[in-house]
Amino acid sequence: MKFGIVVNEGPYTHQASDSAYNFVKAALAKGHEVARVFFYHDGVNVGTRLSVPPQDDRQIQEQWSALAAEHGLDLVICIAAAQRRGLLDENEMQRQGKDAHNIAEGFRISGLGQLIEMGIQADRTITFGD
Amino acid sequence: MSEVIKKFLYVNRKAPYGTIYAQEALEVVLIGAAFDQDVSLAFLDDGVFQLTKGQDTKETGLKNFSPTFRALGDYEVTKLYVEQESLDERGLTLDDLQDIQYEDEDDDYAEKPSIIVVSRARMGEVMADQDVILSF
Repeated sequence: MKFGIVVNEGPYTHQASDSAYNFVKAALAKGHEVARVFFYHDGVNVGTRLSVPPQDDRQIQEQWSALAAEHGLDLVICIAAAQRRGLLDENEMQRQGKDAHNIAEGFRISGLGQLIEMGIQADRTITFGD
Repeated sequence: MSEVIKKFLYVNRKAPYGTIYAQEALEVVLIGAAFDQDVSLAFLDDGVFQLTKGQDTKETGLKNFSPTFRALGDYEVTKLYVEQESLDERGLTLDDLQDIQYEDEDDDYAEKPSIIVVSRARMGEVMADQDVILSF
């Protein structure tokens, strides 16, 4: 089965990104395919590499980046949602004339079309959010 | 743009303001329209408030995006399912909602209502009939 995953809530405030992570990990372990993980609304905040959670807590961004590296996952952050919330890659930093960028390893910024495309290509699309 | 045509349902469950869900859901609908899929929208719970007429956000500084719903017909988004029970529970009737229409190209471009009021039970059937459900 090929899954498409949507993460709609921000890290730590909400358990959605944890549940999505656990689901993806379990699905891959069972031999399923994950076409893409699309981060939307506050979910885009999962992809900042500048978060510094306490050491005795889970490292949500690092968990995703490691999983992406291991399995070649496509982690997509919605550009419109990201720009509102201050998440920029190097390209967008230059285009918007900002002085920093903060996208973590394994994540990429792209458009909402990637969400629709995922829905078309995946056998099942699963939303994690409120 | 794509050879596969799937049934997409966008489920709107939240009030139009207070949180960004409704506004960003509408952005997905508008982008998604370019993919030539079979698109429907569902409005239930506080989501039914998204379609009310006379929205005025001036004093809040928030963007009033409600006129965009009337333009959905131009994007060939013509099925807006609204749950009757959700309206009832909030003291709303069809008269409280915007008059949203589309031009039916198969019927000499006659103007037809996009809003379809359905029971909670029927909404369940609408959902069961979809390929992809995105919930906001």
